Amino acid sequence: MTSRQLAIRLIVLATAILGLNYIIWRWMVSISWDAWWIAVPLVLAETYSLLDSLLFGVTMWRYRERETPPPPPPGLTVDVFVTTYNEPLDLVMGTARAARSIEYPHRTWILDDGNRAELRAIAEAEGIGWITRSEDWANRPRHAKAGNLNNALLATDGEFMLILDADQIPDPRILDHTLGYFNNRRMALVQTPQVFVNVPPHDPLGSQAPLFYGPIQQGKDGWNAAFFCGSNAIIRREALMQLGVMRYVSETELALNKALRTADKVVAKARRQLGPGQERLAAALSTVAADLRQVRRELSEGRAIADVTYRFQARVDTVARNLVAEDFVALHAELNSIEGLSRTIDVDGSLAIVDEVALDRLSQRDWSPLGAVETVRVLIDSVNAEKAGEAQAVMPLATISVTEDMATCMRLHSLGWESAYHHEKLADGLAPEDLDSMLTQRLRWAQGTMQVMFRENPVLQKGLSLAQRLMYLATMWSYLAGFAAVAYIAAPVIYLILGILPVQSLSNEFFLRLIPFLVVNQILFLVVGRGVTTWRGQQYSLALFPTWIKSVTSAFGNVFLGRDLDFRVTPKTLQARKRLPWHLVRPQLVAMAVLVLAAVVGVVRLLLGQGDLLGSSVNFVWIAFDLLIFSVVIQAVRYPGYDAWLDSTQKKEGNP
Amino acid sequence: MIEFNNETLANGVGVIRPVGRLNMVSAPHLGANIDALISDGTVRLVVDLAGTDFIDSSGLGALITGLKKTRQAGGDLRLANPTAQITAVLEMTNLNKVLQPVSSVDGAY
Repeated sequence: MTSRQLAIRLIVLATAILGLNYIIWRWMVSISWDAWWIAVPLVLAETYSLLDSLLFGVTMWRYRERETPPPPPPGLTVDVFVTTYNEPLDLVMGTARAARSIEYPHRTWILDDGNRAELRAIAEAEGIGWITRSEDWANRPRHAKAGNLNNALLATDGEFMLILDADQIPDPRILDHTLGYFNNRRMALVQTPQVFVNVPPHDPLGSQAPLFYGPIQQGKDGWNAAFFCGSNAIIRREALMQLGVMRYVSETELALNKALRTADKVVAKARRQLGPGQERLAAALSTVAADLRQVRRELSEGRAIADVTYRFQARVDTVARNLVAEDFVALHAELNSIEGLSRTIDVDGSLAIVDEVALDRLSQRDWSPLGAVETVRVLIDSVNAEKAGEAQAVMPLATISVTEDMATCMRLHSLGWESAYHHEKLADGLAPEDLDSMLTQRLRWAQGTMQVMFRENPVLQKGLSLAQRLMYLATMWSYLAGFAAVAYIAAPVIYLILGILPVQSLSNEFFLRLIPFLVVNQILFLVVGRGVTTWRGQQYSLALFPTWIKSVTSAFGNVFLGRDLDFRVTPKTLQARKRLPWHLVRPQLVAMAVLVLAAVVGVVRLLLGQGDLLGSSVNFVWIAFDLLIFSVVIQAVRYPGYDAWLDSTQKKEGNP
Repeated sequence: MIEFNNETLANGVGVIRPVGRLNMVSAPHLGANIDALISDGTVRLVVDLAGTDFIDSSGLGALITGLKKTRQAGGDLRLANPTAQITAVLEMTNLNKVLQPVSSVDGAY
């Protein structure tokens, strides 16, 4: 262990001890139960923040800086994918040309989800491959970028693939510097940083994530949980395909079991509704019920799903066909009994042939008289091991979330694959340059993370180590900050305006327990961050509280209530605008106004001799801190985009 | 490389025989062979793996895609004669729960 690691661990321990010392006292002793409606939300928010800090500590515990990997062996086959949906052609082609110039031998492909003939023509003229969705995707769920990549996986055959967003221009050395990690046969994925070149040093939109693409990824890496972040990553095809095959099997099993349960209910209901004189139908239903029992028996004997479902379908087909045939015979007898008619039909024996065709047609699902049998068959059909509702039976990249990266990575880890974080900038990215695009992007990331939390919670996944579960949980947890932010805004306002204190008293004990924790926590950030500016990130983690709250509620509605996510693709170019978009941060502006108002009321109350000096002072400081945090949205609204910012700084400096 | 020695049996069942390694490079060829048979109207298929030395997850993926396509066309896809390596991969990925190979092409249907 290096001395730096030791120092980090000592500070993590100190943070944990001091933090618990504070929060346990808060819960046991300090809550003002008379004002529970604000006291409890506040202590919950504080507990949330402490857990966030503890999870950060766990992340840092195994912080690792990897050694440079060996140069890759020659002869690996690599596909470089540039994914695009609607970005301008010159942006896509700029990235694609840079991708083509990557030094290690490879093939370059543009994955064009926009299916643009013009892009195809330009790309192919320059020797760059162009892939769009196959016909199989028509009228089936498209699954956004995950679908785009899954489609390309089946159209290419390299052992490794480098995934690049259309706005991530790769360094020619990107493959030479990363493929060496794959000498480890269990290595599935290498992620490199996403750094943006069109961002001023003061980073008004909080685009850069130096804490994440640095200590946090390096910390996760120490637990074999380095995250896949969608772009600038190299993946082993075999790992993804194995994932796809195994998911196919487990989803097929799951769907079949569900269909069998539903089928039982359908048959039982149909049998109850049978009236007198329907003995034939009753007999048919009994046969189907027996067939369903046989399906279960065969499955429990370990027979293969494909065989079992195939035979079941064949048996149900026979039942349906027999019923129709009997009807047909009866119909025929009647026709023949009509004098004179039989001769015209039954001329040359061709009726037999017609019968066969008609019989087939009539016993098909839409014409059959056996509603219940049909429903059962459609049910089993739907899990038929064929996945008729999906474009591809095998979907290696996870489709359960609008951000496919996290879920895919978690599944790879749960199969025992390894991942690595390579801490070297090997691509120049372009960040959104206006507030609207930035908010859209952050909302999408947060929604995607919440979808994974609700659908495949890491705590419940098999195959992950405890630390890996915590690493995934840590990232999900950080997106819940919006609710805590509301409590942090409300508490000082309530105190200064109403004079209600959510803690029993602002005694020395309160400060003695709280302040050392806050200090050590900041020291941890300083030591871990080694001078990188983490302040912008801290501001945005609270200031974007409306976005974070919306991500939780909309993902909940999507996963559990089947609602639409209201999903938009992040615009990659500066959105034209006529006036400053203050409306986008209305909740933050309202919060700031309320905070200022509360401060004014607090001063007036002090002047009138109503307020407590110590309590008011603490809350003034608190409000000042809140305002400092939220002030970031003001410069974000006013930020004119990178080029305009460059122009204005040059003018200020007196350059031509 | 891989070769395909295909034939259609008297009972209308199409037999596909991949000879060589069924990996990420050759999987698309298997897919193309299956597609060709389906479009000729041969929808009941057996993939005879006796001559297949090696299979990876991409190869399995192609078999699953084949199963999906034959089923959609009203047929089926079955496996026969797996080598020890193939049986091991089928078990490792649990795919044997869905597709269980039989020991001979004749016994497939």
